[in-house]
Amino acid sequence: MPADAPVSKRLQRSAGSIGGFVVVTLLTFIGLLAITFFIGRVVPIDPVLSVVGDRATQEQYDAAKIALGLDRPLVMQFFSYVGDVFQGDLGRSISTNRDVAADLTRVFPATLEMATLGIIIGVGLGVPLGVYAAARQGSWVDQIIRVFALLGYSVPAFWLGLVGLAVFYAGLGWVSGPGRVDIFYEGLVPARTGLMLVDAALAGDWDVFWNALDHLGLPAAILGFFSLAYIARMTRSFMLDQLGQEYVTTARVKGVPEWRVIWGHAFRPIRVPLITVIGLSYAALLEGSVMIETVFSWPGIGNYLTVALLNADMNAVLGATLVIGAVFILINKLSDVLYRVLDPRSR
Amino acid sequence: MTLLSVENLRVSFPTPSGPVEVVKGLSFDLGRERLGIVGESGSGKSMTGRAILRLIRSPGHQIADKMEFDGIDLQNRSERQMRQLRGARISMVMQDPKFSLNPVMTIGAQIAEALRVHEKLPRRAVRARVLEMLEAVRINDPERVMKLYPHEVSGGMGQRVMIAMMLIPQPDLLIADEPTSALDVSVQAQVLDLIDELVREKGMGLILISHDLNLVARYCDRIMVMNAGRVVETCAADDLHKAQHPYTQGLLAAVPRMEETRDELPVLDRSQWSGT
Amino acid sequence: MTTRQWLLADSPSSKLQANLGRGYRMMHALLRNPLAVVGMVILLVLIFAAAFAPWIAPYSPIGQNLGERLLPPSFEHWMGTDELGRDIFSRVVYGARITLMIVALVAVISAPMGLLIGAIAGYFGGWTDRILMGVTDVFLSMPKLILALAFVAALGPGIENAIIAIAITAWPAYARIARAETMTFRNSEFISAMRLLGASHARIITGHVLPLCTSSMIVRVTLDMAGIILTAAGLGFLGLGAQPPLPEWGAMISRGRTFILDQWWVATMPGFAIILVSLGFCFLGDGLRDVLDPKQGGKS
Repeated sequence: MPADAPVSKRLQRSAGSIGGFVVVTLLTFIGLLAITFFIGRVVPIDPVLSVVGDRATQEQYDAAKIALGLDRPLVMQFFSYVGDVFQGDLGRSISTNRDVAADLTRVFPATLEMATLGIIIGVGLGVPLGVYAAARQGSWVDQIIRVFALLGYSVPAFWLGLVGLAVFYAGLGWVSGPGRVDIFYEGLVPARTGLMLVDAALAGDWDVFWNALDHLGLPAAILGFFSLAYIARMTRSFMLDQLGQEYVTTARVKGVPEWRVIWGHAFRPIRVPLITVIGLSYAALLEGSVMIETVFSWPGIGNYLTVALLNADMNAVLGATLVIGAVFILINKLSDVLYRVLDPRSR
Repeated sequence: MTLLSVENLRVSFPTPSGPVEVVKGLSFDLGRERLGIVGESGSGKSMTGRAILRLIRSPGHQIADKMEFDGIDLQNRSERQMRQLRGARISMVMQDPKFSLNPVMTIGAQIAEALRVHEKLPRRAVRARVLEMLEAVRINDPERVMKLYPHEVSGGMGQRVMIAMMLIPQPDLLIADEPTSALDVSVQAQVLDLIDELVREKGMGLILISHDLNLVARYCDRIMVMNAGRVVETCAADDLHKAQHPYTQGLLAAVPRMEETRDELPVLDRSQWSGT
Repeated sequence: MTTRQWLLADSPSSKLQANLGRGYRMMHALLRNPLAVVGMVILLVLIFAAAFAPWIAPYSPIGQNLGERLLPPSFEHWMGTDELGRDIFSRVVYGARITLMIVALVAVISAPMGLLIGAIAGYFGGWTDRILMGVTDVFLSMPKLILALAFVAALGPGIENAIIAIAITAWPAYARIARAETMTFRNSEFISAMRLLGASHARIITGHVLPLCTSSMIVRVTLDMAGIILTAAGLGFLGLGAQPPLPEWGAMISRGRTFILDQWWVATMPGFAIILVSLGFCFLGDGLRDVLDPKQGGKS
């Protein structure tokens, strides 16, 4: 059956790349565990102290030392650490006195919600701006978009958050201030997904929905600005590459209108690499939310991490690092594998 | 009857040290005939082809005293009016199908697009025309080829796809810019014979741009030799061996013969014509 | 023969002339790029401010004056005063020293580290390459800021630890570039010739491989500087970087946070300094890339 050959071959290839994806992702994840293990148990002068905190009593200290198995060789310690993590045991937080894993599942949706809205803003504006800048290469519009994009690499997120609060909340009163909802809306809708907008919509409580959106708007827009900068820059660069290609001239020779030359021809091949770029900047937003959440008192993983940092709560710090790192790696590798599956040339 | 008339065409590009002219005052007339433009790389022959379609990309700049196609002044047309001409009346086959076909669009879609931008036709009719055109360029099993991506076909087949795409709206003038230089020698003749046959059949004008003197002499009625942006000689293809200009003679002498008796091929002595 | 002609000679007669000529041509190309010139000017101002801070700053960066706390920008205090009555402009000027130090130290630690690891991996290939690049890739697919935060948390807050943490997270990108560069000329004639002459691996790497990687490295480091400044400022903002009363820009923003709604200048002014310097590095890096790597020219 020669006609079927390409299909089975295609399946085989993507199976191969998915197999490779799993192996590479697992290895990278082990690497991440090695780094967090190293940070938690090797770097501090007294790992016990960093785990129990400096307010611990002598009994707590001794108990922790035995519980951590610090008398055993490092390799053995690492294996039991990996075992614990895979069982979902990230230790106890000294500041909340709860399981770090439980804490993280509670705070993660807030970060996810903010980053997701941020990436939607970033893609929605960044891609068209990048395409437009490339189509008008060298014009003043292009220069403005270029400088605007570079600003995204130069403005501290926490500073922009503060200025945003001062201008749009205190000054103009366009948006609501810090937090996820106003205090009197808190706890009105049952937390089914942890995503405030989704929960409010599910409960049909539109007052809460609009209030939550009002709170979410500014921090998400600021995050969106950073991904916009990166996405617009990459889109512009990809588009310029394509616009210089011969097939674009072919399309013009055929008499294809310019907007179709740009969107129908030149934009097509860059959709796949753009997925990778968008994936990367989504992952970067999860990371960038650390700074933004602190400014907006947003009860997400970034805020959790910074509070833990200030309390030298090592289990919580490492747990949050591990979760953000794992999500980061996963998105990274997923967009990589998507690239290979979606591009017709790699089939 | 004149199909295309060009007078004093100039194409220039800005560089840090002032503008550089790559076509310096080119004039010629073309009927429904086959004109060959020959020259070394950098002689401005490809830029001439593009300038006729007004496709010199910014920051490049083109200007001419007159550029008239079938009674239409090409210089005064708006970009929109130019688009109605491109493909539909004047078309161009480019050098390497590896680069000149969109890598992520199927062959069928690319050919169909060339037709659809100029004619409103029902889907079925478009498909029928595409199949017909693919058959006309001698592609077996056009149904299958339509669904393929450019990287899945050979260079010769890609170039035939290119020809199909450029001829499907039935233009009056075809510019072929080095249509075979990226192909294997074995398929070069096939592709050129195909272009030749289709052009004669439809009574179109052809501009064949190439660096290969013999090839141009074989497939064209008239030959224009270009060097450094200028025409140095125009002659009938049959009279090429009687060429007067030292540059043309030099080019001819540099072509190896089947029964070579010379120990060393002569190198062009540029002092005879440059600097004048 | 004029100096210009000597510099632009097609066949330089000495190594010095060749190098100077190359530098001259690059400088020339760089000066034609307006954004790169802006970037250079900004960085010169930064260096100047850092070098002559005591003469430029009208007040002491740490001297408190509680009678003049939280004054808005005026002729006496260009950027106003903070909650302890310190002149913000003077603190920003002195802050240039800290920023410059962080940036320089991170570059000095991480760039050679990445360069060496990448060059060794690319030069030897095989298992050396696979292991070194495996480690590099693991580091590369980590979130840098989070990793730096975790490192500082373990090492303890402070400016030295912040620098170490940033350097640890910055090297992998340089290793990747150095490896890619090395791979392109690993099998070239001149390397084989060196080997035939009996040069040791160490000599070939330090004498020939590393110098060839430097130009792309300089571009990359310059472009990364903005990120490094932002990370350092972020650590300062969270209280993990430079400790008070050091006039570090990020830490200054953090102090001003409390007053953002009423005394906006306390937090905003140091932010402008961060943006300006980061933009300067971005502009210069973009320009340098256009000059040193023409195939990328003007694209991104």
